[in-house]
Amino acid sequence: MRPILLAGHERSLNQIKFNRDGDLLFSVAKDKIVCAWWSANGERLGTYSGHLGAIWTVDVSPNTVLLATGSADNSVRLWNVKTGECVKVWEFPTAVKRVEFSPDGSKVLAVTEKRMGFLGTIAVLDINYDGDFTNQAEEPSLRITCTESKATVAGWSYLGKYIIAGHEDGSVSQYDAKTGEQLENVQAHEFDHQINDLQFSPDRTHFLTASKDKSAKLMSSRNLAILKTYVADTPLNSAAITPKKEYVILGGGQAAMDVTTTSARQGKFEARFYHKVFEDEIGRVKGHFGPLNTIHVHPAGTAYASGGEDGYVRVHHFDKPYFDFMYEVEREQLRR
Amino acid sequence: MAPSFENLSEQDLHEEEEEEIDFSDLKAQYEVKLEEGLDTFVVIDGLPVVPEENRQKLIKFLLRKLNTVGHTSEDAVFMPLNEKNMSEGFAFVEYETAEQAVAAVKQLHGTPLDKKHTLLVNKLMDIERYGREGRIDEEYKPPNIEPFTEKEHLRSWLGDPNARDQFALYRGDKVGVFWNNKSNPPENVVDRAHWTQLFVQWSPKGTYLASVHPQGVQLWGGPTFSKQKQFPHPFVSLIEFSPGESYLTTWSARPIQVEEGHPVLTYEEDGKNIIVWDIVTGKPLRSFVSHDLAGPESEAQPKKKVQWPAFKWSADEKYVARMLQGQSISIYELPRMNLLGKTSVKIDGVMDFEWSPATVNRDGVKQYEQLLCFWTPEIGSNPARVALMSVPSKEIVRTRNLFNVSDVKLHWQSQGNFVCVKVDRHSKSKKSMATNLEIFRVREKGVPVEVVDSLKDTVINFSWEPNGARFVLITTGDASGAGAPPKTAVSFFAPEKKGVQAGNFKLVRTIEKKTSNAIYWSPKGRFVVVATVHSQSNFDLDFWDMDFEGEKNDNEKDLAANLQLMKTVDHYGVTDIEWDPTGRYVVSGASAWTHQMENGFNLHTFSGETLAENPTDKFKQFLWRPRPPTLLSKEEQKQVRKNLREYSKEFEEEDKYAVDIANTAVVEKRKRVLNEWVAWLKREKELLTEEKEAYGLPEEADQPKAAKDAPTNTEDKGETVVEEIVEEIVEESEEIIG
Repeated sequence: MRPILLAGHERSLNQIKFNRDGDLLFSVAKDKIVCAWWSANGERLGTYSGHLGAIWTVDVSPNTVLLATGSADNSVRLWNVKTGECVKVWEFPTAVKRVEFSPDGSKVLAVTEKRMGFLGTIAVLDINYDGDFTNQAEEPSLRITCTESKATVAGWSYLGKYIIAGHEDGSVSQYDAKTGEQLENVQAHEFDHQINDLQFSPDRTHFLTASKDKSAKLMSSRNLAILKTYVADTPLNSAAITPKKEYVILGGGQAAMDVTTTSARQGKFEARFYHKVFEDEIGRVKGHFGPLNTIHVHPAGTAYASGGEDGYVRVHHFDKPYFDFMYEVEREQLRR
Repeated sequence: MAPSFENLSEQDLHEEEEEEIDFSDLKAQYEVKLEEGLDTFVVIDGLPVVPEENRQKLIKFLLRKLNTVGHTSEDAVFMPLNEKNMSEGFAFVEYETAEQAVAAVKQLHGTPLDKKHTLLVNKLMDIERYGREGRIDEEYKPPNIEPFTEKEHLRSWLGDPNARDQFALYRGDKVGVFWNNKSNPPENVVDRAHWTQLFVQWSPKGTYLASVHPQGVQLWGGPTFSKQKQFPHPFVSLIEFSPGESYLTTWSARPIQVEEGHPVLTYEEDGKNIIVWDIVTGKPLRSFVSHDLAGPESEAQPKKKVQWPAFKWSADEKYVARMLQGQSISIYELPRMNLLGKTSVKIDGVMDFEWSPATVNRDGVKQYEQLLCFWTPEIGSNPARVALMSVPSKEIVRTRNLFNVSDVKLHWQSQGNFVCVKVDRHSKSKKSMATNLEIFRVREKGVPVEVVDSLKDTVINFSWEPNGARFVLITTGDASGAGAPPKTAVSFFAPEKKGVQAGNFKLVRTIEKKTSNAIYWSPKGRFVVVATVHSQSNFDLDFWDMDFEGEKNDNEKDLAANLQLMKTVDHYGVTDIEWDPTGRYVVSGASAWTHQMENGFNLHTFSGETLAENPTDKFKQFLWRPRPPTLLSKEEQKQVRKNLREYSKEFEEEDKYAVDIANTAVVEKRKRVLNEWVAWLKREKELLTEEKEAYGLPEEADQPKAAKDAPTNTEDKGETVVEEIVEEIVEESEEIIG
């Protein structure tokens, strides 16, 4: 499995996303630029410039028409994927840490930072696909305020029914996506260990959280039941579920601020593959020389990409043995 | 139950409900009366009964004695007379201060006045307190004997059907005891948070686990690790068991301050640093002020080195000895802890001493003896000296003079057969150093000494094979070794094959260009791990076999060894290596006490095969539980060894069975988990469809809306393969031929 190295950013990566077709890859870093890449060969398609601060998050609409980004310059920007134009800017009082399109692409949620007397919020923006896309509503259609502990990550469940958020204190909440009412709150991870990532399965019935407490949890979208736990030996920054094969990929490493004080040997900058059902670790992929900040899997399950504190994106297309590997039990199941 | 010492001692002291206890007797007993002002008075009993005319003479005689500890005068001694004008055999004495009175009680009580009379000195207050009428019942009441309660079996762990070993693991602030399960995860016995405050330690035979707290030492034992004994030595920081685990020595840097009414400690212990305890009774036997080792000559070094172990035990626990560096060795007899022969052994300049680790039967010596070996440096024109002393006779049975000595280390072989004296010698100019080994053959007649002087470099580490006659040593060229880790060489020595007695010691092999600095013999001998520990850059563990069963080098033919490197293992950041008591497993650990990187412990077999790696956050200590010596006789052991194949067959079958069971269990579990997962997915899917229907949404409701300009291709195209050929010119060169 030979990775393609994408060296387009000058600073550490914050998030990477494949589009729904899997032919494009979008990456954002602390260097204020959004890059779009061909996932097949790693050629750069172009960049989207306009943000004035580090870009924390990116998401692409399910039809690959619009791109949403959230930045430390307190704005969410909407871009025309094809032309690279910025079609809309929403200003917020604080930095935006996470954006995500709803499954049908009609809404975008934005998680804002708690700072300067402002509480952390999750804002929902309606997206209009008519005309040249510039005709967007100014005000969010819904605003959820996190009074207890700020949300660090959030996403949409199946049918866009719930908004699920991971918090700084290690808990996970379920909100009604229509009313914004909090339905559930579960202390999924160790108290005060921030949840750094939350990614859904393709059908959005379950999702995977990655936390500073060195574990990742697979949870049900419906009732926040913890289905599986994957234990690593290092704080986790990102976790993704692979379609096609029943795996999860976890990434992390020594916290970025501690890296200089420790040897590369114990940085643990590897992507770890676990079996989704059996919770066993089955493999590791080395390569980054800094912690892994973000992982995303090709929607068809044929490739994955990781972005690191080292400023590189590595795109890995899986080889045949990856697809062939199977537990004896699974094989039996298949034969039946 | 939070097993901190504080709570435990509370519970220990107040086992019963508090309301039920009648404290009135205690209150009366410990009543404090300050107004009396009689603190300066002592009562002296045991004096000779004399007529009036001799009274002044006696008082004068007595005063000489009394003034050694404080100040008093003739007027202050009151010796009452009875009707017959005879003294009563007691006197009241007033000292200048209360401290002097206390000192008099401490130092003069029980000392002889003359051949017939022994002084009994008590504080007047105490006589008041204890002797007043009604305080002590005139009638004898037999002490209440507690009904017998069954205690936990302290050696139950030895009865494990699979003969597994236990170990204690200290990480973070939790201490746990586990069964070793080879490559499977260890099985937990107990795991308690804040079980100890400094460290844990097993007793030498594994009966007790000691935890160390600011309030003292607590011993634990039995299958559930319940409280056994408590030794309240405040701020204790070092502990040492005697080899037969009957006694315990504790040390604290600050002198003990005893408050009145302490349940265990008395005035005896006030101001002392070291206490020798009897483990069975839990009472202190005797306490001492510690001698500090003289620092390296300069007074600029305020930090004194503590001499530890301060008390060294003879193999059979009958004697314990302590050295006053440069002056003497004091040998105490157990269990009374009295000074052997009432005097210390004066040895000018004594630097160090070691007891023989086993009771030795020397050739031609019939009576019982323990041996200790000590050395003195060159003083003036006298040579340095190494000597063997026999105890209790205190006779020197062998001495050897040495010249140009910088330092000496004494290494006893575990059975006391040999003692190797490692002598670091400097040349006349004191510039270069070399090491000699002087090996005393203790069991042979006249204790012959063999000298191994083929070593050109300084020996930094030396270790005898347990129960064997071979040894390993590590030498280094540059002892300073600033910066890069010094290059070392590892040398293996074995005796020549010669009858029953071990022949001359010969070098088997030297392995050059190593960085090793530590030697760990298997407790059963034969196998040895030579490792580089506490290093920044090297972490190798070499597993050696001294009796390899294969071909032997010709030039090593007549040596009782066949050396073979079995395996080399790397363990990043290794700081400690521990053999299990049976010599089957080796654990290498990287402790957070030394560094913060990749703490944890790895389990290896004796041959270096790594069975398990256990990265553990804040891992501090790994300690195998020692085993008491086997109860089987030599013949029985031989029998076992002879029939080993049959036994091992049985065990192998058991192992195989266990593995099979485990495998089936894993497969079964996987099957179950997978089925559960599939069922869960199916149910979710059904629920999802139901919900869609309830909302009145079409099946593809949450499918994304296509872009307006997206090509409308309804039929599935299948996968498209994009092939791209990239040509790269690696190198271009032009050559002109002609």
